[in-house]
Order: sequence, then structure tokens, then C-alpha cells
Amino acid sequence: MSLRITMATTARILRQLRHDRRTVALLAVMPAVLLTLLYFMYEKAGPTFDRIALTMLGIFPFVIMFLVTSIAMLRERTTGTLERLLTTPLGKLDLLFGYGLAFGLAAAVQGTVATGAAYWLLDLQTRGAGGLVVLIAVVNAVLGVALGLLCSAFARTEFQAVQFLPVVVVPQILLCGLFVPRGQMASWLEAISDALPLTYAVDALIQVGRSAEATTTMWRDLVIVAGATVVALILAAATLRRRTP
Amino acid sequence: MPNAIEVTDLVVDRGKRRVLHGISCAVPAGSVTGLLGPSGSGKTTLIRAIVGGQIVKSGTVTVLGRPAGTAALRAKVGYMTQAPSVYADLSVRENARYFAALYGLGAAEGDRAVADVGLADASGQLVGNLSGGQRSRASLACAMIGTPEVLVLDEPTVGQDPVLRADLWGKFHALAEAGSTLLVSSHVMDEAGRCDRLLLIREGRLVSDGTPAAIRAAAATHDLEEAFLRLIREQEKVAVR
Repeated sequence: MSLRITMATTARILRQLRHDRRTVALLAVMPAVLLTLLYFMYEKAGPTFDRIALTMLGIFPFVIMFLVTSIAMLRERTTGTLERLLTTPLGKLDLLFGYGLAFGLAAAVQGTVATGAAYWLLDLQTRGAGGLVVLIAVVNAVLGVALGLLCSAFARTEFQAVQFLPVVVVPQILLCGLFVPRGQMASWLEAISDALPLTYAVDALIQVGRSAEATTTMWRDLVIVAGATVVALILAAATLRRRTP
Repeated sequence: MPNAIEVTDLVVDRGKRRVLHGISCAVPAGSVTGLLGPSGSGKTTLIRAIVGGQIVKSGTVTVLGRPAGTAALRAKVGYMTQAPSVYADLSVRENARYFAALYGLGAAEGDRAVADVGLADASGQLVGNLSGGQRSRASLACAMIGTPEVLVLDEPTVGQDPVLRADLWGKFHALAEAGSTLLVSSHVMDEAGRCDRLLLIREGRLVSDGTPAAIRAAAATHDLEEAFLRLIREQEKVAVR
């Protein structure tokens, strides 16, 4: 691994993104637009908006970065750039961290816009600081990137890559506590929920909603999400083979 | 002249099909060697084995005295894949500069490679908007970054106009004179005469290996396409007996 090559790769991915203005605009604006939709849906429901909007601030970057990354990495595989890159001095982790950093940075912009809009335009109320919400959103986005990098190895076409959304992402959203509080789930569902990283990200956000100071539980949750990200990146590295059949 | 690339008894299976049936050949250092054969003959598979991207069944491939694919070789071997493997959503210049950065080289080296393949005027354009021939040259530029000791090019001249093709072959020979070793594949026989040495493969087997002059002499014809045809027929006769 080399810091110089990782940085060059990050810069390259950001340049690719920059040439695609429509994607940049959608990335920056859509979460805030969807939150506005939620705001009007729950206009008369009091604190329900706070709970759902806060959770969504963690879910949006996860889903979006998962999709963007799995397609981007699939393109590296199908256009032959991956094969070529692996014959150069680039290390596998240079490429994976390059993606993590580039889309993590994009997620920071996205998270800041969405969180800013939620607090200032939509009057989101949390006891904890908005900065923590952005932090959790970014960590979540990087989790999405790592899972996307991993899943792209199992897809041969864009059609297949998109199908990993219902396989990998949707169950995590259903079981993270957004629809049914985790305590009210059947014990076997709660056990599955315990094993899914998004659960901890959502729990961390709930902690920010409840407590003025960052709680130990919140930090523990974040460490778990970060740990899951590292595991996914290591597994993704194992799917990158310099030699192929 | 020592050999830059040595292939010994190379067998490669892809899926259930045997693609290379025990090929042995060598590429002398400082030469432009042509790898010729029809589409599907195993050229790309042999090339992938040389750059270390191919799982091989048996046999050895040595590049600059080291097993192909060794980490130390990655900075010394330039590879141009058959399909142009450059980023369509980056400009030519951005592509070349990224590949330059991978080798620890600055933006100037990337720009030089772009100019070298005659794309200086198009360097600000997105690769996705280029013609097929230009795109392939953008890919070639990325392989030529840092003037690698060994340059392996999979059909670099496909789709280029004749003037450019002559230019590119001129560049290849200039690189070889400066000390690089080039292995250039083609399925067009009229390019064979431009090489110092030729390897002809067909159906995963080496049909012929020698200088164009030696091959012409062996087949008793001046036309290389005809020479290859005669060599193939002769070998088929031997196989039938």
C-alpha cells in the first residue's frame, strides 16, 4: 500500500464524479428533498418526524453510496481498467481505500447539506449536536461503500449489481428499528438485527437524539459500524485477484 | 541478445477449454516482436500470462529474469489491453496523469505520453467522446507511461488510419532502439513485416517463430501471409501422417 497511490486514486474517482454533474447534483440535493417530503408527511405527528428524519439521515448515505460504489466498481471490472490497474504498482488496498475516501468525502458533503437542511429548514430537534449526525452519516456512507465494493465482486452485470440492494440493504433497513422498535421484535428477528451493522448506526443516531452529550453507547455503536466496514473492505480485497481464469 | 520474455511449455485452460497447448517461445530484449494469429488463437491469453494476469495450468513465464506477475515487475512492464481500458468519464489528459501517478511520475510524464500517441489536440476531451481509434491511442498512451522496459500491447493499431499506424510502428521501433522490448499482437498480416521477429500462433499452438526474412525463406515466398499459410499446411500434413 502507498499513500501516494491511494491519494491519486481518490483524486481520480473524484474527478470522474466531477465530470458527471447530474450525479453530483442528485447526490447533494436528493436526501434533503426526501427529508422535506417526510416533513410534510409527518407535519401533524409531532416528534415522529424527529425520530424518522434522524434515522433517515443515516440510511440515505448508506443506500446511495452502496449503489454508486457497486456500479462504479463493476465498471472497473467490466471495462478492463481493473485488470490493467492490477498490473501496475497499485496495491489492492490503494484502490479500495481510494474508493472509501472519495465517496466518504462525497458523503460528507451530502451529509452536511442534508443535516443542515433538516435542522435549519425542517426544524429537526435533537438533544445532541448536529456535527455528530454528520459524522455518523459519513461512517455509514463508508460502510455502504465497503459493502458495495464487496458485492460488486459477485455481480457480472449492472442488473445483477442492483439486485444486491434487496439482498444486502433492504433487510438492514427493515430490521434496524425504524419500522418496529427492536425491543418489540420476535427474539429471532432481534437476533438477526443484532448482527446487522446498520442497526448500530441507527442506534447511534437515536443516542444523539436523546442525549446532549455523546454517550458511550453511541461511540461503541460507531466503533462497531467502523469495524464492519473494515471487515467488508478486507473481504473485498480478497475478491480482487491479480490472476484470473 | 538475452531474452526479455521466456515462455516454456505454457498450458492454459479457460473453463473446460484448453486455450494454450504447451507454448514455448522467447522475445529478445530490445526487439519489436509481433505476436500474430487469427482471432481466437490465444494471443490475448498468452499476453495475459506474460503480464501476470492469467492463471496458468502448467509451464513457466519469465520476464526480465523473474516469474511473470512478480511485484517488482509491475513498475517495469507496460500493458495495453485489447479493449481500451481507460476511464471513459475522464479526459485523455486526466487518464494519462492518473496512470503516471501510479508509477510515481508527475503530470508532465502523462502529458508527454499523450503527445507521443498524437492526441495532444484531444487531451482535454473526455475519452467517452473520442472515436474508437483515438480511444485506443489513449489506452496506448497509458501503457507507454514511464517508458517501461517491457511493453506488451494487445492489438494497438486496430482501427487506426494508415498514416497513424505507420507513425505508431515508428514509435515502437524508436522505443526498442532506446532499449525497451516490445511484444505487439495483431491479427493483420500486413503488420508482420514491420516486426523484427514474429511469433505466429494458431489454435493455441506456436506455428512459427523467427525473423520475417527467415520465415519467408523457409516457406519460399515473399508474401508473409502466404508463408504462414504454407507453414500451417505443412504442419497439418505432418500431423495427419
